[in-house]
Amino acid sequence: MSVLVYIENWDGKFKKISFELASYASSIAASLNVPAVALSLGKVDNSELSKLSVYGISRILNNPDERFNALDNQAIAKAVAQAAQTTGATCVVLAHNNLGKAIAPRLAVKLKAGLVSAVNGLPVSTEPFVVKKMLFTGKAFGHIEMLSAVKVLTLSSNSFGLAEKQVTASVEFFDPEMVDADFHIQIKQTNKVTGKVLLSDADIVVSGGRGMKAAENWAPLEELAALLGAGTSCSRPVSDEGWRPHSEHVGQTGKIIAPNLYFAFGISGAIQHLGGVSSSKVIVAVNKDPDAPIFEAADYGIVGDVAKVLPQFIEAVKEIKS
Amino acid sequence: MKILVLIGNVPDTTTKIKFNADKTAFDANGVQWIINPWDELALTRAMELKEAPGSTVETIVVANVGRAETEGTLRKALAIGADKAIRVDADPLDAAYVATQLARFAGEFDLVFAGIEASDYNGNAVGGMLAEMLGINSVSAVSGLNIEGSQVIVNREIDGGSQTLGVSLPLLAIVQKGIAKEPRIPAMRGIMMARTKPLEVLQPVDAQPLTAIRTFEMPQPKAACRKIGEDQAKELIYLLRDEAKVL
Repeated sequence: MSVLVYIENWDGKFKKISFELASYASSIAASLNVPAVALSLGKVDNSELSKLSVYGISRILNNPDERFNALDNQAIAKAVAQAAQTTGATCVVLAHNNLGKAIAPRLAVKLKAGLVSAVNGLPVSTEPFVVKKMLFTGKAFGHIEMLSAVKVLTLSSNSFGLAEKQVTASVEFFDPEMVDADFHIQIKQTNKVTGKVLLSDADIVVSGGRGMKAAENWAPLEELAALLGAGTSCSRPVSDEGWRPHSEHVGQTGKIIAPNLYFAFGISGAIQHLGGVSSSKVIVAVNKDPDAPIFEAADYGIVGDVAKVLPQFIEAVKEIKS
Repeated sequence: MKILVLIGNVPDTTTKIKFNADKTAFDANGVQWIINPWDELALTRAMELKEAPGSTVETIVVANVGRAETEGTLRKALAIGADKAIRVDADPLDAAYVATQLARFAGEFDLVFAGIEASDYNGNAVGGMLAEMLGINSVSAVSGLNIEGSQVIVNREIDGGSQTLGVSLPLLAIVQKGIAKEPRIPAMRGIMMARTKPLEVLQPVDAQPLTAIRTFEMPQPKAACRKIGEDQAKELIYLLRDEAKVL
């Protein structure tokens, strides 16, 4: 028996979300009294792999086949299912990101497992197995009982955090049965955003809305984000106007994020937007309209002009960083 | 070519969410129901593919699993332009249950569209499960799709960028924002025509749900927002460091 966690890599490196998943899986494993096993696919150095042992992973399976780097959900689901079967996993954990979301449903069918996606934190109980998840895009939560023998979960990023628990780990070569036909997609082009913090991995997110007035006004917002090592996002009207890419849209029909700190500049806070950010630990709002609903969701607020506030924020961040 | 678009029946996105007294069921009183926003974009893209010059798309079918009261949502999909609707007459117990019902007939289609999630239970599951049950290709987080012969050219979002892929039919495309620019709004002519388009009702097959919602809860109410003057903005950054301890 085991708890299995699939750990994605980015050009052979892990991110904070990888270690959060490892922490989460080993915590569930401890409560079930079984080992926590990690599976990594694609080329990752042993020094990187062994970092997972800091977060309680005692057995690390790895296959360096570069075909896995194509992020083909079908091929990866097949390999993860085999790892789950070999290790007798009763619970399989994945990230609630683009890849995890794509793999999890296919994996669940292969394992005849129930799936709950975007789980918030540890199971409420393991007997019966009940997890908490966000519903109605942050407007409510549900306690969901998983009725199957094997459970598949995707974890909302930043809902558990990191928990160090150094253990001795073995790194083993894992050899799933794969044939060429298992790799279905042909990549024609990849555009990687470089030098930016992934929204799903960001501790701090700096976001702009219609109150920013125009695409060219984003420079100070980006400067603040860079100083804080933050990700950048926007509200729906901004991506609809084409001021920012769709990948930055947070809210009901965009991404749901839960950073430690969320800055909302010129965002009025429509119910659809709040759904996407309400799980943030601390929300700071800057808006000209004192009645903007964003202030009901915010912890700290300034009623004022973003153009006047942003330079002061930048100056203060420079002071505390120096 | 035949296209199937899965249609979720969800509360309007501005709905104030309420539950019954013991918090075990969603209170649907006074709720306006709409097509799940991503499914509406998927249907729009399917229509664009059918209308493109030289298109090989013959028919677009929409389908859901739900009781008779969800037919208004299917009729809206017909008014937008789908040729036929299928409703499996059952409560959508969980994603595995819904996918099992859809798998009975979805295998007849060359291209199946599913929204990346439903705006009510945010499951991200039915599309991928259905593809696995049918044993067909799937690509997720799709923000663009074109058919080129037996290949589909897909744009998808990855964590940290985007990719253009070639993948062969049959395909289940799990779509997100960007797949179509704006959802189509039914025209009066479409609404009239929708009344006479076929809406087939199927009885469900036996299947067991693998998950069940036991209770609901509302988010913790927030403490009042602490307001700082526009001219003291710098002070807020110090509060984030010293009081909130997030910097």
